[in-house]
Amino acid sequence: MSETKALTSLEALRRLKEEAHREIHVRESTGTKIIVGMGTCGIAAGAREVMRAVLDELARQEIEVQVTTVGCIGMCAQEPLLDIVQAGGSRVTYGKVNPEMVPRIIKDHLVEGRPVEEWVIGRIIDM
Amino acid sequence: MRELSEHILDLVYNCIEGGARSVRVAVIEDSRADRLSIRVSDDGRGMDEAAARRALDPFYTTRTTRRVGLGLPLFAAAARRCGGDVEVCSRPGEGTTVSGWMRHSHIDRQPLGNVPETIVAAILSAPDIAFEYHHEVDGRCFTFNSSLLKEAAGDLPPSHPAVAQWLRAHLAEGIGGLGRLQAIGH
Repeated sequence: MSETKALTSLEALRRLKEEAHREIHVRESTGTKIIVGMGTCGIAAGAREVMRAVLDELARQEIEVQVTTVGCIGMCAQEPLLDIVQAGGSRVTYGKVNPEMVPRIIKDHLVEGRPVEEWVIGRIIDM
Repeated sequence: MRELSEHILDLVYNCIEGGARSVRVAVIEDSRADRLSIRVSDDGRGMDEAAARRALDPFYTTRTTRRVGLGLPLFAAAARRCGGDVEVCSRPGEGTTVSGWMRHSHIDRQPLGNVPETIVAAILSAPDIAFEYHHEVDGRCFTFNSSLLKEAAGDLPPSHPAVAQWLRAHLAEGIGGLGRLQAIGH
């Protein structure tokens, strides 16, 4: 029975793919990326829940960006870390991020182009 | 770490950083043996015997970003405080298997927690790795293989909201369908 269910769910996924297929090239062309620190230090500080909040907020606002992770980068005390990289722009790092902070980071920084300065702990210009 | 599923994500991340092309996770819950086992194996770079032994030492690491390793020792501590232990088997060039077990009913045992979220994060972290998750509860099994996702979602990336949501629901249904463990000792 569970096999039938799995097949049904796979069908559902195939349908989702058909619907979403047109939008992909939009995402690829923007080059914007969100990176969550997922080393031991990140996970222990709650990075998995931060990533969940990012995915949920992107889905809610129907925003298409690449989401990925990185291991320990040596700023363990500032975890969970979240970076926003924009093509031709800067790479901005947020520290001690919790899920409640994510909607504002996405709205202000990603949508409106204004980084949330009080939460920014690092920045690299001209990636 | 507050949940065993966070340890699992951490172990899988070790596999990713160890150059794995495929990663298999098995969680086995057995009420008769009063045991919960977690096994994570990969086909990555592997380690020689000395390095495998030192992998459980918190002050050993190959990383350069931090002077302590921490991940595996934390998992070993979680297992040992619940009457269990962790073993690391590895061969250079062949891969690594980390096996941990603990008393299922132990009062200090961390909950398994949010396994679907761990798998979503693992697949997002390394979309090109072949990933398998196997879960047994008193002999009832659920297995998820990332090739299913590839086949159905095609070139839609796993971070696409629709794919992540589908994956989460699919896993929650599969793991939920395993039901609960029988009362320990019966």
